[in-house]
Amino acid sequence: MKIPWKKVQEKIGFMIIRLATVLVVLILAYILYDIFKKGLPVINWEFITAKPRKGMTEGGIWPAIVGTFWVSIVTVIFSVPIGMFAAIYLNEYANKCRIVRIIRLAIRNLSGVPSIVYGLFGFALFTLSLNMGLSVISSGLTLGLLTLPWTVTASEEALKTVPMSYREGALALGATKWQTIRTNVLPYAVPGMLTGTILGLARAAGETAPILFTGVAFFWPILPKFPTVLFQQFMALPYHLFIMSTQHHEIVKVRPIAYGTALVLIVLIVAMNGLAVWIRYRLRKKYKRA
Amino acid sequence: MFKKSIVLTLTAVFLVGNVFAQDFIQVKGSDTLINLVQRLAEVYMEYHPNTAIAVTGGGSGVGIASLIANRVQIADASRPMKAKEKTAAKENGVVPYEIVVGIDGISVIVNGDLAVNDLTVEEIGQIFRGNVTNWKEVGGPDLMISLYGRQANSGTYVFFQEHVLAKKDYSQRMKRMNGNAQIVEGIIADKSGIGYVGVGYVYDDKGNVRDGLKVLNVAPDANSEPVTPLVAENVKSGKYPISRALFQYINGMPKGAVKDFITFELGPEGQKIVEEMSFYPVAGEYSENNKKAGF
Amino acid sequence: MAKPDSITISIRKQAWLQLKEKLIEQFFFVHGLLAVIVLIGIFSLLFIEGFPALREIGLKEFFLSKHWDPTSFERESYGLLSMLVSTLMVTLGAMLIAVPVGIGTAAYIAEVANPKVREVVKPVIEILAGIPSVVVGFLGIIVMGPLLAKLFGTSNGLNAVNGSILLAVMSLPTIVSISEDAIISVPQDFKNASLALGATRWQTLIHVTLPAAMSGVVASVMLGMGRAIGETMTVLMATGNAPAIPGSFLDSIRTMTATIAIELGETVQGSIHYRSLFVIAFVLFIMTFLVNLVSDLVLEKYQKVNR
Repeated sequence: MKIPWKKVQEKIGFMIIRLATVLVVLILAYILYDIFKKGLPVINWEFITAKPRKGMTEGGIWPAIVGTFWVSIVTVIFSVPIGMFAAIYLNEYANKCRIVRIIRLAIRNLSGVPSIVYGLFGFALFTLSLNMGLSVISSGLTLGLLTLPWTVTASEEALKTVPMSYREGALALGATKWQTIRTNVLPYAVPGMLTGTILGLARAAGETAPILFTGVAFFWPILPKFPTVLFQQFMALPYHLFIMSTQHHEIVKVRPIAYGTALVLIVLIVAMNGLAVWIRYRLRKKYKRA
Repeated sequence: MFKKSIVLTLTAVFLVGNVFAQDFIQVKGSDTLINLVQRLAEVYMEYHPNTAIAVTGGGSGVGIASLIANRVQIADASRPMKAKEKTAAKENGVVPYEIVVGIDGISVIVNGDLAVNDLTVEEIGQIFRGNVTNWKEVGGPDLMISLYGRQANSGTYVFFQEHVLAKKDYSQRMKRMNGNAQIVEGIIADKSGIGYVGVGYVYDDKGNVRDGLKVLNVAPDANSEPVTPLVAENVKSGKYPISRALFQYINGMPKGAVKDFITFELGPEGQKIVEEMSFYPVAGEYSENNKKAGF
Repeated sequence: MAKPDSITISIRKQAWLQLKEKLIEQFFFVHGLLAVIVLIGIFSLLFIEGFPALREIGLKEFFLSKHWDPTSFERESYGLLSMLVSTLMVTLGAMLIAVPVGIGTAAYIAEVANPKVREVVKPVIEILAGIPSVVVGFLGIIVMGPLLAKLFGTSNGLNAVNGSILLAVMSLPTIVSISEDAIISVPQDFKNASLALGATRWQTLIHVTLPAAMSGVVASVMLGMGRAIGETMTVLMATGNAPAIPGSFLDSIRTMTATIAIELGETVQGSIHYRSLFVIAFVLFIMTFLVNLVSDLVLEKYQKVNR
């Protein structure tokens, strides 16, 4: 029996793109496998909750976790409200005029600006000009600018999932635009916006370049109470991984710590991403039923 | 009313911040010193829980620039301040005081398998300037040389350039590594590599030279004996040609917590840590130098 | 008497309500405008900080000199060329890997894979997008470096190939997800027509679906490219940072982003060196801006065609 050439061609073609997919999956699998295999043995209660000791060759990474936490909080507090408000304007108020097109263009372009450029901008603006110095605030605001396009886009997506009929119903009953938004749109969109917030947070937590000049420290074991903490330098998980793999005195000896740090960072980010995906999934289901 | 309370809170926040700041020492600068100073700070803070010391790296230039901008109390530097930096400090009203906390022999390292043991300072200079590109030109095997160095913000980079390259430019083919330890890793993996690092970086935790690494003996010129930096005496006496002081700079005569910390660094326990980190303790003219800053 | 009063009240109330509505709209509008302000802010700050340096260095030296050595004792030089070449080279390398793999994957999950496989692969792509660049750079040093050194018989693996592979990994998620969106939104009628004419699914994919989705695919590649150009930590960690013009993919390179990350901290604020880094950032900004603009235009055209 002769198999037609085009069938063979199809088989080969599909095989190739299947292999490409397998490759992509394998890349992630390998990254996770390597980090988990070498990072997991290091993880214990002390590693999570202790300060670095013995010239950072022993002890834990607690200050880096706390630093990353506070920076992310500042990031979210700054970028989420602005992102939400901007999204409300774009989705609820704006008509298709030129200024809206420009705003959208600006948002898309902001999302493409390299993170190191944000770092430079944050350094010149927050650290130097606005005299915030090297601090959690400077870094958090810099990351806030960086995540802004993401929070706008995610918030807008969330607003779009609210069916048009919800708005029309309220408007027909004589409600003003703002009343409609407040009572019939936002309550349904907020969970979706939350998704965007979490994704922004995950992204901020993993960034290194923007905090390089705006506040991160090699060794900063001091953990003062809020709000003092916001005006000081800090340690951060991604930067800790960077110095542990390139600048530490004994990079081979501290490699397990580097792996442990990478693991904590990845688990943190994947967990946040997972949470966001889960919320989105639940929402879709809910709206399908509705 | 609302506005007032915001203003009050903000003022309180800043005040609290300042109260805390009095106990703070911010140290920033050389990556050569960072692990040493970090360790010193760690031990010091065990004795003085009320003082908080934060250590940041970035390179000698970074530290000095921060001191000039009055952003840190102590700048670590593995090279003396440049004239340019002194002028900039003066313009900003900063009066830098210089302290030497230890002495470092910069070792020139190659892969353990490379059949080269001795080089003169001149030869090393030619290699890093890119004028000598094959090991056979300096009595080794027929192998292209691969260069490992630091980035321009490193004091080691500048010191080596001044004293070994006679202030000439580095070869543009030299790999600019992020840290000393990364150079060591590079050389161990690279049969044709040559690099320079602080002598503290060549040892493993048992105090032996790392496996797969060779520390070259260096001769000041073609007529002198090559000397190893692994013997403390050679570095302290200046017989080993590439040694340098490790500096800290302070704005104004040190006082308070900063003075207390530096006293600890230069005291017996501090100097013991200096030795533990494979540097050499302060002696001779450098001790005299420190007296000028009140130590 | 009572009647006109209540009318005026209700008119006033109406006016107040309208004003309030207007104010609320303005409030949201200002926040929307913020994106434009930030973008212009970044542009002008980079320009203002960088321009004096450019005047001092001269356009010709800056863009045509291969020599970048701002701390030299002999002669301070500020030549962008080798960094620019390095950035373009490592980006090109990344695209050579990521474009076929990315589009292939996108086509597979959009057109071939059964829903179960899709359910697995889509989150994989999202998680991959979330892996921080330092982690990728870390593995570049520890895993990819030694592997490449062995593979190519070179003395070390910190070179442009390493950077390209890592950047490909970083830009794959962008390319896959946007391409997939584009492929999936090609109308089923197109494909049915092709299949009805006796074409195989593969022929349909290559000759009908992909061309129909081409603008989306191109946009995805542009965005992935923008990501690769701007990526900092991975290249800083894994490419060796030698400032010479690279002769081949096995040479160590130093990109524009890495140069800024390495040198900014050491510069004295306001010096030529400090300002020259802002010029590099400005050039980077323009490059990514253009890439984004092109992808934007392509996407817009595509949306018009589809509507």
